[in-house]
Amino acid sequence: MIYQGKAWKFGDDVDTDAIIPARYLNTSDPKELAKHCMEDADPEFMQKMRVGDIIVADKNFGCGSSREHAPMAIKAAGIACVVAATFARIFYRNAFNTGLPILEAGEAAAEIKSGDELRIDTMTGRIENLTTGKTYQAKPIPPFMQELIDDGGLMAHISKKSKTS
Amino acid sequence: MAMTITEKILAAHAGCDEVRPGQLIEARVDVALANDVTAPIAIAEFEQLGIEKVFDPDRVILVPDHFTPNKDINSAEQAKVVRDFSRRQQLTNYFEQGRVGIEHVLLPEQGLVLPGDLIIGADSHTCTYGALGAFATGVGSTDLAAAMATGKAWFKVPESIKLVYHGTPGPWVEGKDLILYTIGRLGVDGALYQSMEMQGEAIEKLPMYGRFTMANMAIEAGAKNGIITPDEITLDYVRERSTRDYHLFFSDPGAEYVYEMDIDVSRIKPQVAFPSLPENSRAVAAAVEQGITLDQVVIGSCTNGRIEDLRLAAKVLQGKKVAPYLRLIVIPGTQAIYLQAVREGLVEIFVEAGAVFSTPTCGPCLGGHMGILAAGEKALATTNRNFVGRMGHPESEVYLSNPAVAAASAVLGRIASPEEVVS
Ligand code: SF4
Repeated sequence: MIYQGKAWKFGDDVDTDAIIPARYLNTSDPKELAKHCMEDADPEFMQKMRVGDIIVADKNFGCGSSREHAPMAIKAAGIACVVAATFARIFYRNAFNTGLPILEAGEAAAEIKSGDELRIDTMTGRIENLTTGKTYQAKPIPPFMQELIDDGGLMAHISKKSKTS
Repeated sequence: MAMTITEKILAAHAGCDEVRPGQLIEARVDVALANDVTAPIAIAEFEQLGIEKVFDPDRVILVPDHFTPNKDINSAEQAKVVRDFSRRQQLTNYFEQGRVGIEHVLLPEQGLVLPGDLIIGADSHTCTYGALGAFATGVGSTDLAAAMATGKAWFKVPESIKLVYHGTPGPWVEGKDLILYTIGRLGVDGALYQSMEMQGEAIEKLPMYGRFTMANMAIEAGAKNGIITPDEITLDYVRERSTRDYHLFFSDPGAEYVYEMDIDVSRIKPQVAFPSLPENSRAVAAAVEQGITLDQVVIGSCTNGRIEDLRLAAKVLQGKKVAPYLRLIVIPGTQAIYLQAVREGLVEIFVEAGAVFSTPTCGPCLGGHMGILAAGEKALATTNRNFVGRMGHPESEVYLSNPAVAAASAVLGRIASPEEVVS
């Protein structure tokens, strides 16, 4: 998929409580969760962002809780994809399972600034900063993860497997 | 090939003779766990699959502990989803309010997780069970739904790091201080995707409650799992509780580690993690020097809500009063601990000191209910996370410590060392 949108830049260790504070976890309705997306990192985020924008962050994005509400909230908010230097382990897994496109790209994360216009090809991992004209290459997605994406997420993958076995 | 304990447990559950770091495997899970926040999503996913029954009603464990007793209508609805599903699936291990405890205190206590097990839970602190010599890791709700259906999950075999603790801890130094100090050294992503194997003579002498505290916080260094070699202390704990067979695994001499770190515990002082990351740990003296006044102290959680933790707090609080304008909230991890605390007279000490004593719940640990912070307030908690907004308003602050430091601070109304209160 190719996504084009404006970058919103965050720093190191953006935790799941910042992405979706636990005080809102008494529901799992994606639309409700989306209202509070990134609230404790930037209280005005949801007013400022537009559907199709891209979150860019430094290391260890999504650390903390295992809540799948975090990638769900980001996706439901309309964020097209997340680029970070590294992702916390459970968030990484959850993003693939819930179908939120994510890319690991250290140099891109370090150089992209809020407001830059980006074009991202999630298949090839190519990240273009249209504002500065610079391009970056994200780490390739492991083949197993790619298989999950191709099947449409983990549950679809399992139901496909249970039908073929 | 020589393997680590983590590699051996994964290999055994994947039906392989050996596994290597980086390898993707599909493995059998002994226990699949979720709570009232994560189970509803997993249940919805499970039901979409069109599979009738969970893979094993004894091994799918649902623990509504986060927003219970139901804090509001939404949380009541979530708890109901979990209850209805458990009833429909006839799960052996569903725990209703009044019998429920905080999942990671409850499961080991009930003998439901055992050495050598492979456990996944839709909760990041599932890694607690590594204290028993099990492989336990947190996953999301979708992974859990898949495991509920198939009894299996996929894993990337992690690299291991070895943390060797030697020396004898000084006064008031607990498992909590060892792990806060370690996270301070490693950083919150210092063990990302890796297994943290904790060993050495100081761990061999550490009682189970301290081991649970340490394994519980492996995730705060980004680790996939934390693990401690099972020994006599482990066996004494599980023998009387185990509900099924278990197996002991040990790392081979010559097993590969990305690196090893030596930690001399005799040099570790009681720690305080400053806001807003667990890695900001310093000796309590640094906090005392700054005169950090507090609005709330919380003693409890899956990190420090065991009976030994309550005893430690009671020892400091005995005959003392909670400082004016400060709220002290004490929460036992399970009903059994609650009852034990009543029988031992600990509850009397807490109530006489002017504390709130609650039924088991995660409650304030995740800013859920039972002690939420207002803007600008500061709390010291024996919990495991002090992220921005973790216990309430995004402009409130949370410090982390062991139960003795927390109790002393509740008495003095500022972050304090236990020595200032107990002579
Ligand atoms: S006590 Fe806190 S950290 Fe532990 S399971 Fe509950 S919310 Fe999570």
